Amino acid sequence: MEKGEIVAVIGPNGAGKTTLFNLITGVLKPENGKVFFKGEDITGLPSYEICKKGISRSFQVVNVFQRLSIFENVQIAILSRERRTWNLFTPSSRLAVEETNEILESVGLMGKKGRTTGLISHGDRKVLEIAMALGGNPELLILDEPTAGMAPEETSRCIGLIKDLSGKRGLTILFCEHDMEIVFGIANRIMVMVRGGTIIQGSCNEVRANQAVQEAYLGGSDVC
Amino acid sequence: MLKNTSGGNGRIVGGAVIVLLFLLPLFLPRFYIYLISIILLTGLLATSLNLPLGYGGIFQFHHAVFYGVGAYAAALMITKSGLSPWVGFVVGPFAAAFLSLIMGLICIRLSKLYFGMLQISLGSLVWIIVYRWYSFTGGDNGIHGIPVPEIISSQNNAYYFTLLVTLLSLWALYKIINSPFGSALQGIRDNPVRSGMIGINVKLHQLMVLVIAGFFAGVAGSLFIVVDTAVFPDMLFWTLSLEVLIMCLLGGWFTFLGPMLGAAVIISLRTFVSGFTDYWTLPLGILMMLVIFFLPNGILGYIQDKLYGKIAEQAEAVEQTDLAQPAVKES
Repeated sequence: MEKGEIVAVIGPNGAGKTTLFNLITGVLKPENGKVFFKGEDITGLPSYEICKKGISRSFQVVNVFQRLSIFENVQIAILSRERRTWNLFTPSSRLAVEETNEILESVGLMGKKGRTTGLISHGDRKVLEIAMALGGNPELLILDEPTAGMAPEETSRCIGLIKDLSGKRGLTILFCEHDMEIVFGIANRIMVMVRGGTIIQGSCNEVRANQAVQEAYLGGSDVC
Repeated sequence: MLKNTSGGNGRIVGGAVIVLLFLLPLFLPRFYIYLISIILLTGLLATSLNLPLGYGGIFQFHHAVFYGVGAYAAALMITKSGLSPWVGFVVGPFAAAFLSLIMGLICIRLSKLYFGMLQISLGSLVWIIVYRWYSFTGGDNGIHGIPVPEIISSQNNAYYFTLLVTLLSLWALYKIINSPFGSALQGIRDNPVRSGMIGINVKLHQLMVLVIAGFFAGVAGSLFIVVDTAVFPDMLFWTLSLEVLIMCLLGGWFTFLGPMLGAAVIISLRTFVSGFTDYWTLPLGILMMLVIFFLPNGILGYIQDKLYGKIAEQAEAVEQTDLAQPAVKES
């Protein structure tokens, strides 16, 4: 992946997209092969170390701190990046407030920041997922099905957000998605996975034209 | 959480309660002063347990070990070394924190219930050593007549000292819960995987909270010597751990002062009901069942929910999503 790129990973269910992300972010340890980030071998590092190297991710299934407010969810991510979680005596209500607000503003959750995350809508939680990943101020942002389960208008809001992040912040984004409209709409490059392996990497047009992809993934030429 | 009540009203009520506690010895008989001293230090023990339990989501099943070891360390220091008792009171908490570090290093590899089971085993090991090592710990007799500094030896002064130390400890614990460390801790409770993913070293933070909890349990243990001038092996028997755990659940383990309230309820119950019947655990059992069915967030949790109605809905929503997505929590 190049800096500033948006790369989409696609493939049928069970192709290994989430597993790939788990390998990169240290949730799982690879049996073979190595993971490199900025020329550095990060294979098998614990996930908190990998996060400090500048890789943040959001999850396919919502994975947030349920009993805390939206604000606190993002704030923890920032405090953790600034290595302040060993601070025992300063009230956290005064720390990293500005940056947290900035991130919430940019993803459009500012109006709801006091609400407990167990209570907010699914779409908002998916956006919060991204906001938390941003709290780590990453260079590489990994989004695992960012729009899964969203209502149409939420989906378009989320796509706008992803484009914004790449455009304004210059983030490199790796994401996977089942909705082809989204994939072809925002990705610079697409990587197709089937049964744990990559069958092709290339631009949208290359992938669309590829025979193997059509057979393996789209299941025949009569689809779209 | 206390921060919900720390507005203007909360402060006034809190201040009034503290003033009242300081005035109590002026009009209450000796027996009640002793009882309240015990409630205070047991409440501190329960609050220290609630740090890993309610805020950290760690199943610390055998917390009394640190209470007992803190008390024994202080008692042995005082009776065997000939140094000032004050030294003993300082050594106690640190000894408890040290034991907590050692046990934490072993147990932290496991999570959830497995952590709790291993902890009970290790704690029972410590208990049996204390219980059997007659030449050193006095075995099942314990240690009696521990000399206490002149200034805190009268019962009222012991009460004031206990009250002061308890308040200071609660203040420190409150600060810790509301610090960035406390936020990270609550994040780990809600979702350890995600916490790692945003750069938190989960195991190291958990170990730290265990050490802190052990330290304050040791403080409570030292206070017990001040109030009772004796220590005995029951202080680190697992039944006490269970009792302290129940205090947290009964009072409300997602609230800061819930464990203190739970301690007050259980100790009062034990003291007054056992005057009528030997089976004082019967009303406790019934009370516990009522709490589990009708106040799943504990007594103080319920009161807070009523005061801030929306929080009740939130808790419910949290529980529902918890149930709906068990796979996320486990993975």
